[in-house]
Parts: sequence; C-alpha cells; structure tokens
Amino acid sequence: MKLDKFWISVVVVLVAGFAFTKLVDNEFYFFATYVVLQGLVMAVAWNILGGFTGYVNFGSAGFFALGAYTMVALNKAFGLPLPVMVLIAGTLSGLLGLGVGYISLRLKGVYFAIATLAIALVLETVVNNSHYLGGAAGTYVIQPKESFIFDNYIELLFMFMLLIAVVATAVSRYLSASRLGMGLAAVRDDEVAAECMGVPTLKLKLISTTTMGIFMGLAGSLFPFFVTFVDPVSAFSLLIAVNSIAMPMIGGTAVWYGPVIGALVLGVVQETATVTISSELNLLIVGVMLVGFITMAPRGIVGLYEDYKAKRKGQNNG
Amino acid sequence: MFTPELLLNAVVAGLMLGSFYAAVALGLSITFGQLDIVNIAHPTFVILGSFVAYIINENFGLDPVLIGVLFMPIFYFIGTTLYRVYYASFERTGQESLSGLAFFFGLMFIIEVVLILTFGVDYRLVEADYIGQTLHLGPLDFPYRMLVPAIAACIVTGAVVLYMNKTFMGKAILAVSQDRLALQLMGANPLQVKRIALGIAIATAALAGALLIIIQPVEPSVGRMYIGRIFAIVVLGGMGSISGTFLAAILIGVVESIISTFYGPSWAPAVGFGILLLTLAIRPQGIFGRA
Repeated sequence: MKLDKFWISVVVVLVAGFAFTKLVDNEFYFFATYVVLQGLVMAVAWNILGGFTGYVNFGSAGFFALGAYTMVALNKAFGLPLPVMVLIAGTLSGLLGLGVGYISLRLKGVYFAIATLAIALVLETVVNNSHYLGGAAGTYVIQPKESFIFDNYIELLFMFMLLIAVVATAVSRYLSASRLGMGLAAVRDDEVAAECMGVPTLKLKLISTTTMGIFMGLAGSLFPFFVTFVDPVSAFSLLIAVNSIAMPMIGGTAVWYGPVIGALVLGVVQETATVTISSELNLLIVGVMLVGFITMAPRGIVGLYEDYKAKRKGQNNG
Repeated sequence: MFTPELLLNAVVAGLMLGSFYAAVALGLSITFGQLDIVNIAHPTFVILGSFVAYIINENFGLDPVLIGVLFMPIFYFIGTTLYRVYYASFERTGQESLSGLAFFFGLMFIIEVVLILTFGVDYRLVEADYIGQTLHLGPLDFPYRMLVPAIAACIVTGAVVLYMNKTFMGKAILAVSQDRLALQLMGANPLQVKRIALGIAIATAALAGALLIIIQPVEPSVGRMYIGRIFAIVVLGGMGSISGTFLAAILIGVVESIISTFYGPSWAPAVGFGILLLTLAIRPQGIFGRA
C-alpha cells in the first residue's frame, strides 16, 4: 500500500501520544484523553454497523461490559498478561457480535434495535446475579505494579487505548473504502435489492457485526484497570450506549471519519463540562446535542461542512 | 419452600402486576403497534407521570390516582406537540427509521437527566390511606397498593378499547397505519389522526406513572427496566391489538411474579427481555397476532 496522508497521520498520532506520556506529568490529562479515546473506539465501532449498514445497535453497553467483565473474570482466575486478556475479551465480544449478526437475519429495523437492547439488559441481569463477578455490589481490580516503559499505569492504559483507537479507525476506513464497504452501503440502502444483485448480504452483515463487537469489547476490556472498581451500573452505563450513538450522529454516519470527528467534539465538550460545571450537566449536553443534531442537521458535522463548501462554491461560480 | 398457597398468591400478585403492566404498555401499543412510531421514551414519560404524582401528592395531599387522571390532558398536549416535532423532522422526510429511533433515545435520556438534576437519584414515594393495607380473602392476599393500580389499569385499558372500537376517531387510528389513502378517502386527516393517537398514548403514561409510584418507590432511571418489559408485551400481544397487549401483560406479570417468588426478585427483570428475545426469534408476529 502506498504511503498516503492517512498512514502518515497515524504515525504522527502514535508518536505524539507517546511523547505526551513522556512530557506531561499531570495524570488528569491522561484520564480525560483516555475517556475521549474510549468514546472514539465505541463510536467508530458503532458506526461500522449503524452507519455503514443502517442496523441500529442500542446495546453497545452490553458489548462494552462483556469486554470489561471478561477481564475481571480472567484477571481473577488466571491473572494473565494484559495484552493476552485484552485479546480474549475482544474475541468474546466479537463472538457476541457474530451472534447478533445472525439475529439480523430475522429481525430488521426496530426489532433488531430492541433485540440488542434486550441482550444488554439480559447480560446485566446475569452479572447482577453472578457472585463471582461481584454481583450488583461490584468488584475491585488491582492495577499491576509494573507499567512497562511508562511512568505509571494510567499512561500505559492511555497508550494502549490510543493504539486500539487507531486500529479501529484504520479498519473502519478500510471497510468503507473497499468493495466490502460498497456492499455494506447497498445493504443499508436496500437490502432486498442488494441480495438480488448478488451481494452476499449475510456475510457482509456478519463481518460488520463481528468487527463492531470486537472493538466494543476491546474498548471495554481496559475499563476495569482504568477505574479499578467495576459494578454493573458503571459497566452497563446508559451513557456508554448513548455516546456511541450520539458521537457518529453528531459527526456524520455516512463516512468513516464522521464518528471520529463526532467523538472528538463531543468527548472534549463532555470532559470540559465535567470539570468546569458538573458531570450530570454533561449528560444533559449529550442528550440535547444528539436530539438537536438529528432534528436539525441529520448528516452531522460532516454534512454541515459539505453544505457550507457547496454553498461557497455556488457563490464563487455565480 | 414450595407450597400451593405460595404459588396461588404469586399468581394473584402476578395478575395484579400484569394489569398494571398493561397500563404502561398501552401507550406503546398505540404508538409502536398502530402508528409505527418507535417511542422507546414511553417508559420515561411514565416516570415523568410518577414524579408529577409525587410533587402534587407531597404538596397538596391529593390521591395519586386522581392526580394521574387530572394530568392526562396535559400529557395529551405533550403527546400532540411531540408528534408535530416528529412529523416535521422525520416522517415528512422519510428518515423515521434510524433518526427517529435515535431521536426518542435522546429524548429519553434528556427527560431522565433533567429528573435526576431536579430530584436527585433518591427513591420517592407517595402517601395515601390505602397504601400499606391488605385485603384478605381466605388464603389470598390483596395488598391495596397492588389492587388499586390493577383496577385503575383495567378501567383505562377498557376505556381505550371502547374508544378504539366505537368512535370514528378510534377506528381511524386503527386504520391509519394500514391504509393512509383509504383513510383520507373516508374523510379523516391522517396527520390529525396520528397526532391524536400519540396524544392519547402519552396521556395514558400520566396515569400509568401515578399507578407505578403507588406500587413502588420511584427514581428517575427506573424507566429503563420497563423498556424491555413493555416492548416484550407489545410484540407478544401482536403489535397494536389492545386486548392482545392486555393478555400479554398479564402473562408477563404472572411469570415475573412466580420467578421472583421462587428464584428471587433480582432475576425478574430478565423475564421480559428473555421472553422478548424468544418471541422475536421464534414467532415475531406475537402469540396473539395474525401470521
């Protein structure tokens, strides 16, 4: 593959992230950026299904929590190295994604959306009743002492999440640009017509749901070590589900960089609001921005920008 | 552990609980079943109704059921306004599927957060003379905090069934999702019909909310537990059939009650979603729906 602007910026982002851990001491910045990046991974993952194929997933928090609780269980049972556990967590939620993909065979539109919500709540009930995972009361996770080449554990988690975010974005970009992406768009626009034209819709949907599941699980997998205390309320938080829908919707669902823009904008606004005003108000901001964008700018920031460019062009020509 | 008396009481409690669920699911049965509007914010409107009942009851000592009835017109107005926004933003442009869903999801979130900001996450409850008392009939117990909501729920469900079947507007609501053009030829304006229908749906949430807070203390995020439950009821009931919704609600109420009596209440929330997933997978048209 030839070296284009995207891969250069990937390298720049990773190097800048690494430099960030070496130059900045204040741990707050790593907490804040970690949360933004976690939102970004969730948003990009949601968009791989929701934006590309039009299947709405309301149960993002379920995938996220599956990743998180897999880590809790693995850590408690075997205490494996972090990357190994992360890969297992991603694989498990990828499998859940695969299962969800098969559901899409029978359930379209609204029914699919509600089924995903149902899966998340069933998982939550199971965790609530699982003594081993801490049940409704939650459980503590102890951060390992050594933190590889970083000064402390939060910097390591930050860098790990940055890596996941970059990989997720690259995969999402690849999916949307390839032949596969065209097939996914065909599923979104008219699934029956696509099937008739020989597009392997089931295969495409399965790839899409599995990829979504993997990345949501990866986003959740680091969560226990990040917060060190996991309970169902935080792992299955409604905010996670709302954010993963709101970020792509605000950024623009049609293109791969839409959720990235949305996640950065909404994530920064949220983190700023949490610090300067209150964390409850930040929830309100998400809701209001989501509803505002859907009703007034359905194509998100990307759409607004394109309209603006088209208008400028029109003025120059006329 | 297991005694016939315990089972009998679990079933009776389930019947009362189920009747109440019918009142909550009623509004969704109209919006989702008949108008194809996926109002997942419906349970949140129910919670809004609970908090209205709480405020009025706390300050003026009115009976919660009465408050629910009194606030139905205001909720009706909220519903009709909501339809105007929904129509202008989504239905007119044909984007109701994805954007409409996300719209109601966002709306649910906003209402919930505003309630949390105003009242905090404490559980609130209402006061009335009959709450805490129980009617004993032989081996059966009828706590009034369950019995009163169950009766009120049956009345409101019956009223809606009568309205749908006997009045011109009710029949028009049943017809609107089936054949818009035919409806227009019969001299009804589909937009007006849908507006009224959504108004009625949200109005029932005012009463359902008042009933909910009689049954149990309420905090802002309680509504989420009801999403799966009432969607399960509406889908199981065959989408839009009000009497089907009622029967499905009773079924889920009884199953939940038995599960929580014999296995513990923390499993009860999974019942609705579990049944919903099974229904969607095996028989999407519902038990009482036509194939």
